[in-house]
Amino acid sequence: MTSAPATTEVAHLDLTRKPRPWDTAARAIFRVAAALTIAITLGILVALIVPSIEFFSEVPINEFLFGTRWAPRFADASFGVVPLVTATAWTTVIALFFAIPLGLGAAIFMSEFAHKRTRKILKPVLEVLAGIPTVVYGYFAVQFIQATVFRDWLNLDTGSFSVLSAGFVMGIMIIPTIASISEDAMSAVPNSLRQGSAALGANRRQTSLKVVFPAALSGIIAAIVLGISRAVGETMIVALAAGQQARIVGGPLEAGQTMTGFIANAALGDSRVGSLEYNTLFAVGLLLFLITLLINMISIWIVRRFREAY
Amino acid sequence: MSPKSMQEAVHKTVRGRAKGGESSPKSIVFLIILWLAILFALVFLAVLIVTTIVDGWNRLDSRLFTEYPASDPEEAGARPAILGSLWVIGTTAVMTIPLGVAAAIHMEEFANRHHWFSRLIEVNVQNLAAIPAVIYGMLTLGAMGLMGVSNKNQVWVGALALSMLILPVVIIATRESLRAVPAEIRQGSLAVGATPLQTVWRNTLPAAVPGIATGSILALSRALGEAAPLLLLGGLVFLSFDPNGITSGYTTMPIQIFNWTSRPQAGFHELAAAASVLLLVMLLAMNALAIVIRNRYQKRW
Repeated sequence: MTSAPATTEVAHLDLTRKPRPWDTAARAIFRVAAALTIAITLGILVALIVPSIEFFSEVPINEFLFGTRWAPRFADASFGVVPLVTATAWTTVIALFFAIPLGLGAAIFMSEFAHKRTRKILKPVLEVLAGIPTVVYGYFAVQFIQATVFRDWLNLDTGSFSVLSAGFVMGIMIIPTIASISEDAMSAVPNSLRQGSAALGANRRQTSLKVVFPAALSGIIAAIVLGISRAVGETMIVALAAGQQARIVGGPLEAGQTMTGFIANAALGDSRVGSLEYNTLFAVGLLLFLITLLINMISIWIVRRFREAY
Repeated sequence: MSPKSMQEAVHKTVRGRAKGGESSPKSIVFLIILWLAILFALVFLAVLIVTTIVDGWNRLDSRLFTEYPASDPEEAGARPAILGSLWVIGTTAVMTIPLGVAAAIHMEEFANRHHWFSRLIEVNVQNLAAIPAVIYGMLTLGAMGLMGVSNKNQVWVGALALSMLILPVVIIATRESLRAVPAEIRQGSLAVGATPLQTVWRNTLPAAVPGIATGSILALSRALGEAAPLLLLGGLVFLSFDPNGITSGYTTMPIQIFNWTSRPQAGFHELAAAASVLLLVMLLAMNALAIVIRNRYQKRW
């Protein structure tokens, strides 16, 4: 019977009600800091949409999305974004062509085959690839891969720039992204599955390809999708190595200007705020933002929809 | 049994039981392909570093540090770019770290996780981390237009763009370090009468500092290598003076490398390679510092 009155007494001693101005102020600061991240997103939307609206009041949206000639600075200006989109598609697909097999190979090796010590060395070394500045990759793509390897050594029929050299180097840059996220996903697959597979007589190759890989598929797809979004948004490599001429790219050895390449190049010329040239920059930026946003949403959806919970 | 020793036990079992399967031609070819995937990435990395050093070897001398950009590659150097990078990164650190840590403290220690606004912030931070860097340049460009700042080539403007770029990275790293501090530490502090704020300030946050420092240094090294947003903000200029304050004009190392690479003369390509080597050394130093902090000060609970 002693406990009942004690409880009432504690209820009266409500410590949280005591006014603590410092606590309140500090918590408010923390909350404002967190809310600021929302403000950044809203800021991006406003910053991209407002000039884009002005742009689309002068250029019909159909001409922008489906026009096949991109010449915003010519006297007879034309604003068809298709050439920029095809160049972005080429560099992205080439990057993934290299990054997916190499990244997944590295991930399977590190998760299923490597000794603990080997993995401890390999993982940080692969991470170095992610830490190299993209402008250094761009230098390497245009000076070594394109000029020395493609033209001097292989005698390929190509100019100073190509979507192949840009895409290839970008693919190597993405390897750590794909490898480390896929490896995390495969390491998270419980060992009981591997044991079950082994008990049925499967060897490690069969276990990793037919048991672990499918079980980790949602994480692996999320890794690839993140790789796509990085390839689409990468700027410096394509600005240096893919070329500056906006034209529809017909093959991997041709040069072409990507969406980000256009943004980087247009930024070099000083365009007046509010001019059509300035607004063009933001229309392309908005398209780029929407594409990466869509890709990110697909990634989040895939992880939620297909995650195998163990 | 810990997961790792379990995995080893499994590997041993698998190796013992299915010995014939492990050394079948198919399995060996598979293992070789996996090895080649890793080897390809490593060889690429080695070739990139070696060719950059070889290309830039002749220009890796004191002129790089003392000379200003010039039309003759023999007389040009990266002095303003080196100092500009230091100013921009320093300003970025001052702007981002307090803000990122404060936001992370709110999300990890105080926010009601089931509230819709907290979930929105959470998804939003993840999304911000995946937005292309060049978009942050456009955001800053738009903001400057709105604020009526016509001279965009100022250290603080560039730092603002890079701050927004790395803010999600700092927040995510700080949250992970805070989460790694065991609940007993907080409970102990609260039990002896500390307020939640005192608990965070005197116990949780100090315990998380090594992790926050490591994550912040890695985020800043990303900012140091980034050129795209600054290109949009008029970061590509030829300076004949040393950047000396947050309102000073600036250019940075990656922008200087971009400019030299896109010039036709071979002399500038050598300079670009030499500056790339210097930039890689700076990044290596920052990463080494991050690793040292992690290994020496990180608490294992």
